[in-house]
Amino acid sequence: MTESRQAAALTRIDEVALVARAQRQDLRFAIVGFSVLILTMAILLALIADLMIDGVPRIDYQFLTSYPSRHPDRAGILSAWVGSALVMVVTAALAVPIGVAAGVYLEEYAPKNWLTDIIEINVTNLAGVPSIIYGLLALGLFVHTFRLGQTILVAGMTLALLILPIIIVATREALRSIALELREAAYGIGADKWQVVSMYLLPAAWPGILTGAIVGMSRAIGETAPVITIGALAFIAFLPPPPVQGTFPFVNFDWLHSPFTVMPIQMFNWISRPQHGFHVNAAATGVILLLMTLLMNGLAIYIRYRIRRGRK
Amino acid sequence: MMLNVLRETGVMPAVKESAPVAGQIAVQNPVAARENEEPLRARVNGFNFFYGDKQALYDVSFPIYDRKITAIIGPSGCGKSTLLRSLNRMHDLYPNNRYEGEIILYPEQINVISPQVNPMLVRLKIGMVFQKPNPFPKSIYDNVASGLWVRGIRNKAVVDERVEQALRQAALWDEVKDRLRTSAYSLSGGQQQRLCIARALAPDPEMLLLDEPTSALDPIATARIEELVTELANTVTVLIVTHNMQQAARISYYTGFMHLGRMVEFDRTESLFTAPKEKRTLDYITGRYG
Repeated sequence: MTESRQAAALTRIDEVALVARAQRQDLRFAIVGFSVLILTMAILLALIADLMIDGVPRIDYQFLTSYPSRHPDRAGILSAWVGSALVMVVTAALAVPIGVAAGVYLEEYAPKNWLTDIIEINVTNLAGVPSIIYGLLALGLFVHTFRLGQTILVAGMTLALLILPIIIVATREALRSIALELREAAYGIGADKWQVVSMYLLPAAWPGILTGAIVGMSRAIGETAPVITIGALAFIAFLPPPPVQGTFPFVNFDWLHSPFTVMPIQMFNWISRPQHGFHVNAAATGVILLLMTLLMNGLAIYIRYRIRRGRK
Repeated sequence: MMLNVLRETGVMPAVKESAPVAGQIAVQNPVAARENEEPLRARVNGFNFFYGDKQALYDVSFPIYDRKITAIIGPSGCGKSTLLRSLNRMHDLYPNNRYEGEIILYPEQINVISPQVNPMLVRLKIGMVFQKPNPFPKSIYDNVASGLWVRGIRNKAVVDERVEQALRQAALWDEVKDRLRTSAYSLSGGQQQRLCIARALAPDPEMLLLDEPTSALDPIATARIEELVTELANTVTVLIVTHNMQQAARISYYTGFMHLGRMVEFDRTESLFTAPKEKRTLDYITGRYG
């Protein structure tokens, strides 16, 4: 039986056996891949679940609207979440326009020479620089040299620096992935470079740029090290001046120069206290932080969906 | 015999010796001597093109007559698309490409491939329709109006009128007049290509370049485009590249046959197809290669 099979194998290929072997291989790899996936997801889910079990019961109206306190059950994260939100506004307002402009310049305008190559390599590597280095840079430059103080503005500028490389790279990737046909069609009708970029390339690249911006913002909102370095305070029992006011000119930028704290710092501060009550508060803050990230991602998906639908 | 008659009557272009490129066999480049009688829209003269170090076009010369359809045929890779895209300076979008020689556009007498001439100026004068329909991801109206907008024409009434006119010229008006605001992607392939023709026509170009405009279309859509191009030749100069010889024979007035980056033969379409002077042309049109 075996001999005859071997003899047959010498003369012709056993297609059925080949297919069977391929199927076994596929199955083996699928099992390995699935196990790895389950393992990672399980660890992640366990972490999130642990955080939720500890933190969710603590989240209530009082927790969101109270300032920090010596008593864990009276403490809240009002100043922390307002601080995080305001810092994010500054970060986005600085990083997105500058990052997109830099990406567009590098991809569409810059001459291809050694200088551009060096800038390109540097931008890519900047994304991997440890965030505390950005904190030190900001402390030396913004806080001490420019004397801007330990304010929301400085925190926003620091985090904007941190996520600029992410947005620049995302912008370039998004522009590069646009089909040549669209580019040629746009130049073909006689459009100048600015018209091609603003009327045709940026709208097409927008979903990709937005994804990059959100990835960057999600990273920025969780950053602790650079914000501590520039001197964010852990105990803030007041809110920055509101950005809108009842009298002319109705907007107020004093909040930019206000001291602040952010949620990761509040968490860090609470987790290093001995009382169990503060640990619960830290977990609750973690849940809110996750929710904020989720919200930003959801917003990005929604905007992308709207853009795509508008185009069909 | 008929050939002689044509030559004597001046219908047939005379043969002119072209400057040989170093290391290359000199090819007789037939260039029409009739430009005094028929108005020229452009003249390609001793044109070489390089992709980096690789030369793609060798000493190409031929005339493009005003408000006539000129077709360029040849096998894949012969350089016909490269030639057409040169007339719109499309190669400027990619690095390391180089033009040599001249392509003079009349009546302005500008050399469209000269580095001193801004590619944008050329593209404002010469419209292009690509092989694959490439409408913008916008509405039908916005697509046709885009060429006007980039020229700074914003007056709603003027734009409306030009859009309608261009869509009528492209034989698309009746099919889309009730849904100008819907996406161009909702159109069929053939309609999209006619939309691209309308887009190129709206700013009233001096010349229209068509790069194998029907190669992605079915026979019925192809027939409609051919009909439309024939109609267009009354008002605009058309240069069309096609790998479909029958198409060239059906619609063009002049035809050039290219092979390996050279213009092997350029002549009145009927002469080229009935009495080619070059053996390579004969071999190609009788289906021996290509």
